[in-house]
Amino acid sequence: MPMMINGREASVPADPRVSLLDFLREHLELYGTKKGCNQGACGACTVLVDGERVLSCLALAVQYEGREVTTIEGLASGGALHPLQQAFIDDDGFQCGYCTPGQICSAVGMVEELRRGVPSHVTDDLEATEIEFSHDEVRERMSGNLCRCGAHNGIVEAINHVYAEERA
Amino acid sequence: MSTEDAGRAVPVVAEDWNPTAGPDPLVRAKHGLIGAQVSRLDGPLKVRGEARFAAEYVMDGMVYAALRYSTIARGRIAALDTSAAEDADGVVLVMTYRNAPRMQPPPLFLTDPKAAGGSDLPVMQDDSIHWNGEPVAIVLAETQEQADHAATAIEVEYESSPPRTFEEARAHPRTPDSLVGQPVEVLVGDAEAALIDAPRSVDLTYRTPRHNHNAIEPHAVTLGWDGDDLIVHDASQGVTGHAWTFAQVFGIDEEQVHLTSPYVGGGFGGKTLWSHHLVGAAASKLAGRPVRVTLSREGVYRLVGGRTITEQRVAIGADDDGHFKALIHTGISTMTPHNALAEQFTFPARHMYATETLKTDQQVVDLDMLSNSFMRAPGESVGTFALESAIDELAIELDLDPIELRIRNEPDKDPSTGLPYSSRHIVDAWRAGAERFGWAPRAQPGTRREGDWLIGTGCATATYPYHRFPGGAARITLDKTGQATIAVPANDMGMGTSTTQTIVTADRLGLPLERVTVAYGDSSFPGNLLAGGSSQTASIAGAVISAQRALVKQLLALAGDESPLAGLTAEEVGGRDEGLCELADPTRWESYAEILNWAGRDQVTVTASASDPAEMQAYSMHSTGAIFCQVRVNAITRETRVDRVLGSYDCGRIINAKTAASQFRGGIIMGIGLALMEDTNFDERTARIMNPSLAEYHVPVHMDVPAIELMWTDIPDPYAPAGARGIGEIGITGVAAAVANAVYNATGRRVRDLPITLDKLL
Repeated sequence: MPMMINGREASVPADPRVSLLDFLREHLELYGTKKGCNQGACGACTVLVDGERVLSCLALAVQYEGREVTTIEGLASGGALHPLQQAFIDDDGFQCGYCTPGQICSAVGMVEELRRGVPSHVTDDLEATEIEFSHDEVRERMSGNLCRCGAHNGIVEAINHVYAEERA
Repeated sequence: MSTEDAGRAVPVVAEDWNPTAGPDPLVRAKHGLIGAQVSRLDGPLKVRGEARFAAEYVMDGMVYAALRYSTIARGRIAALDTSAAEDADGVVLVMTYRNAPRMQPPPLFLTDPKAAGGSDLPVMQDDSIHWNGEPVAIVLAETQEQADHAATAIEVEYESSPPRTFEEARAHPRTPDSLVGQPVEVLVGDAEAALIDAPRSVDLTYRTPRHNHNAIEPHAVTLGWDGDDLIVHDASQGVTGHAWTFAQVFGIDEEQVHLTSPYVGGGFGGKTLWSHHLVGAAASKLAGRPVRVTLSREGVYRLVGGRTITEQRVAIGADDDGHFKALIHTGISTMTPHNALAEQFTFPARHMYATETLKTDQQVVDLDMLSNSFMRAPGESVGTFALESAIDELAIELDLDPIELRIRNEPDKDPSTGLPYSSRHIVDAWRAGAERFGWAPRAQPGTRREGDWLIGTGCATATYPYHRFPGGAARITLDKTGQATIAVPANDMGMGTSTTQTIVTADRLGLPLERVTVAYGDSSFPGNLLAGGSSQTASIAGAVISAQRALVKQLLALAGDESPLAGLTAEEVGGRDEGLCELADPTRWESYAEILNWAGRDQVTVTASASDPAEMQAYSMHSTGAIFCQVRVNAITRETRVDRVLGSYDCGRIINAKTAASQFRGGIIMGIGLALMEDTNFDERTARIMNPSLAEYHVPVHMDVPAIELMWTDIPDPYAPAGARGIGEIGITGVAAAVANAVYNATGRRVRDLPITLDKLL
């Protein structure tokens, strides 16, 4: 069964050692997904698999037969940027831009986790069916995505502008 | 035409102008988009993931590289068996010192304006080993997986000698040749004697650990040979220097190397030329195939030097009112015989405070390690930790507010050189910052508690020198539609340089933003620029001033007798509304498009070099700032959290408020890392870095970063092109001291040994 990547079919690689990240980058030339550490420590390679955020460097491509993968290239619809992509520009949520695709994909997945009531280290009510959007929840849940340029304030503002205001 | 319109025309400078002859005309009036919030122009590409970084270029027939690193620090390779690797699937080449082509050692940084080598050790030329992690083999294969696997199949045996340790070597330090070109020792009077005689004093030792840059993009290069020409897609913060250095190593002309680096995933001083570049190019030559080398995260730690440890003494003698009688800042750092950076941590003490006597001096010890290198504000980052902590300690000794103590010692000229300051408004920055932050007399240490948390506030001075390096040039191409393209060999690792220079150039030429394109990151562009020393904004602006003059002269020569501009000289006109006008009579105006069309020209192209940076000899030029912070320290676990930071800066004119804020914040956040967590663990017994990963080298994450407040004086420096002194590095300075001072205020514990981990507060 093929993998669906940004709505297109792709056959998994023959070499089982190929990570999902290297498959995207080296086989499909989808270089928008970044390699920062290749060991699950930085979050630059975050993609969405069936809507959930996944570190593609820790995933083997062959495991993802039949799954639906969305990368940064698949977030914009046609010419229009995803609202979060636009907010990252408006709030200067990046400098070098290398961690940016991972930050954006991670944030999209993170918001769904809040909606599903998945608790985090800073969640007070572990039984809530939906977690309230807060500065600390966002920062805690985005802490797996490192940014060395120090665009953290802009990233959190961009997420707030798109999602907190959408809920208000 | 109103006078206001006339004022918008930016005059052209005189032939032999340099900033000491008078301010850049652009800073006389603030207009255009300068100072506005402008989103970075490369933003859409970056958020779509479409900006191509070095490891994302594909060359025909390209192979992938993997490296093997030595596991000893000092000795030689005794036995090497590459046969299994050579026989492995997909392997194209295994290169070691045995078959590597002859290469000249890379010229070391600061030995030539274009030298970009982080170390001048020969690379893979014999069996000797000089640091733990030195590359001993490079494997090329058809896929990355094949290369990675084959690299593990190489058998290496070593004969090793124990590496020198800091504790042993410190008994025999040496004096470095210079501190980045400046004298190592500065003496004003007899500071040691004055310290003894001073009624009040502190005399303290501070220590900082090794640090690594940890740009999120690992170092990478995709390159290939076309005959004797080398094509390089690099991750570089100095394209001209990298190209020139490649040429020296391989014995070819500078023009035979074409190196581009339009997008760089963070640099911070680390994206310079290291051994992966050279073994990659050599292996490519040997294999006859283009090569992509992407360092693993561990590989970055093994091959790219970081910041040295420092051990610093700061002693201050003062009278009872806090006026400095003696200021002493000395210390020791580690180096190798193969690099040139002693980490100039004593620089802030030379320029920041009035003192009757002054002594600064540094020594180094040589270790068997990878060459240490430039990392954001080399010197000032860790130097301000020591100096500004000591000032806080003196303030407590004197029972004086630390801001008041600093203001009492505000100098009226540079204390070490006697030169006038070009522009210095740090007292304004302190006062405005104190008001915004709500700085109030502090509670006694350890007495302010909210629940389980002890609360404290601290402050410190930030400072970083102005630099404009010689050698800058710019090429302007203006076409008959009135579109200008500026080509500069600049580098944008995220600082916003391309956006900022588009703003400045548009204003200077009298064009709207969309009529200007800044092309950069290409070694074929004229001149030499380095994204270092916070120098690029002034350096590029300086080059564009000269290029504008050349452009205007050519346009006036092209303008016909019928032109409203006929008979005018360059000094009499300025750029306005997509054309030129007479300064005295702005109704005499003609558009750029009309001038070119009348002359039947599709375009004009001019290239000009920047004036020499005479301002750096005539004035003491420094950006400054005041950092305020509030921390809380858990009374039980002693975990420290930074809750508030305010940076109040005096850095000359701020060109783009949006990207400038990000530069300041980025530096401050790296300063929080410096204060609380960053530490490259170096095993002295093996001289090996033991935490070469982002899992074990901790950098600030989202949860560690509070909302950071910023403000700036925005007073243009009359002696800097565009009035801008540079902002890339000052952000990290002062922060570690402000945090340490706040931790002391919260807990009563003075930590003089970074990072401030919880064990030091228990």
